[in-house]
Amino acid sequence: MSGFTAVVKRDVTLAMRRKTEVITAIFFFVVVAALFPLGIGPEMTTLRLVAPGILWVGALLASMLSLGRLFAADYADGTLEQMALAPTGLTVLVAAKVVAHWLLSGLPLVVLAPVLGMQFNLPADALWILTLSLLIGTPVLSLIGAIGAALTLGVRGGDVLIALLVLPLYVPTLIFGAGAVQAEISGLGASAHLSILMAMALIAAVLSPWASAAALRLALES
Amino acid sequence: MLSKFFYHYASPQHFYPLAGRLWPWFALGAAGLGLWGLWLGFFVAPTDFQQGEGYRIIFVHVPVSWMSMIIYLAMAFWALLGLTLNTRLSGMMCRALAPTGAICAFLSLWTGALWGKPMWGTWWVWDARLTSELILFFLYLGYIALTNAIEDPRRADKAGGILALVGALNVPVIYFSVKWWNTLHQGASVSLSRGSSMEQTMLTAMLVMALAFWLYTIAMALYRVRGIILHRERDAKWVRTLPDVAMVTNGGTK
Repeated sequence: MSGFTAVVKRDVTLAMRRKTEVITAIFFFVVVAALFPLGIGPEMTTLRLVAPGILWVGALLASMLSLGRLFAADYADGTLEQMALAPTGLTVLVAAKVVAHWLLSGLPLVVLAPVLGMQFNLPADALWILTLSLLIGTPVLSLIGAIGAALTLGVRGGDVLIALLVLPLYVPTLIFGAGAVQAEISGLGASAHLSILMAMALIAAVLSPWASAAALRLALES
Repeated sequence: MLSKFFYHYASPQHFYPLAGRLWPWFALGAAGLGLWGLWLGFFVAPTDFQQGEGYRIIFVHVPVSWMSMIIYLAMAFWALLGLTLNTRLSGMMCRALAPTGAICAFLSLWTGALWGKPMWGTWWVWDARLTSELILFFLYLGYIALTNAIEDPRRADKAGGILALVGALNVPVIYFSVKWWNTLHQGASVSLSRGSSMEQTMLTAMLVMALAFWLYTIAMALYRVRGIILHRERDAKWVRTLPDVAMVTNGGTK
């Protein structure tokens, strides 16, 4: 377990030394959310309808942007090979890196989402559900994204390829995440959506580090 | 006895001539059944009293939609075999199946649009089945792009295998989530499901066409895997002593 916390701390510290990269992804989210009203028009009733979808797609793209960096630096300087040899086990260390990725690129989106939601005139309880759905859903994005990042590690054109691999797999998360907010607005209640989102998070938490570690070993072998 | 048979043909060297002997028969069967099925579908089956002649596209549409899903399952099967038993041929079969799967998914969407325009008055609706077929098409494209981008063939096979398995786990989740999403949004959605009272000849024609596409897929996979084997094993001695290859290389050097 000490290896796990050590890797989380290390990744967060490293990212804090170069804050620009973290902040860029967050600002991407803010800018994308601001572009949609300009494209759609300032009609508040329309904006409220499309807000859950826009904010969720924005979060999904922002989380994907930083996936390329998840393993790249450690792969380049050989740290990843040492991790594969470490007694803690690569699967646990990969899980730690995913946690660090979520802390750096998922959690800020969760914190920012209510502010952006207010721009779209979302009612207070919908804002609350939006935050909650992102809190449960963004870890799923990091977990699935880790598989894509591991598969495309060191591959030519990997940054573009990762979008093609990962985005179709994000579909269920998007549907239930944005669906939760929509259900809350329409008065159906969001608990069913949030439960399914939670189930997906738990399944991904079990399977994703394992699959990512297998994909990383492939990259290290070749 | 049976395991000996499998071990023997799990080697690309032994599978190459077997695939060469088999694929023309599957192709011939596909052509024969295809012609029979089309004849049944276009000339024998009666006109539908609700949908007119336009319904006849289902004789292509339904079989390719089935195949697009079955091929993904077959790919997941080969991927699992390749990752657990570490057999080289499994990865090659997986990659040989992928283009046919992508074509089937694309044809399914295309013929669906052609059918939707006269029946529903629109090329596309965000129906659960259409949407999940579209995502399946994206999954095929992702698999092909990933395996083509990785240069080391063994890593490409295994990375593709992991992706195929993750995708196969996701396909049912995607289908049910899209279904839920759709029913929440539209009360009265256009339903693809027809009554079970299908005319006997229509059903026969569709099943014959489905069988034709099965044979076509097998023939194409075997044909394509021969090319992949030759390419991967191009430096092996058994390839250079193959009659066709020896003739070409000798003709070039002499």
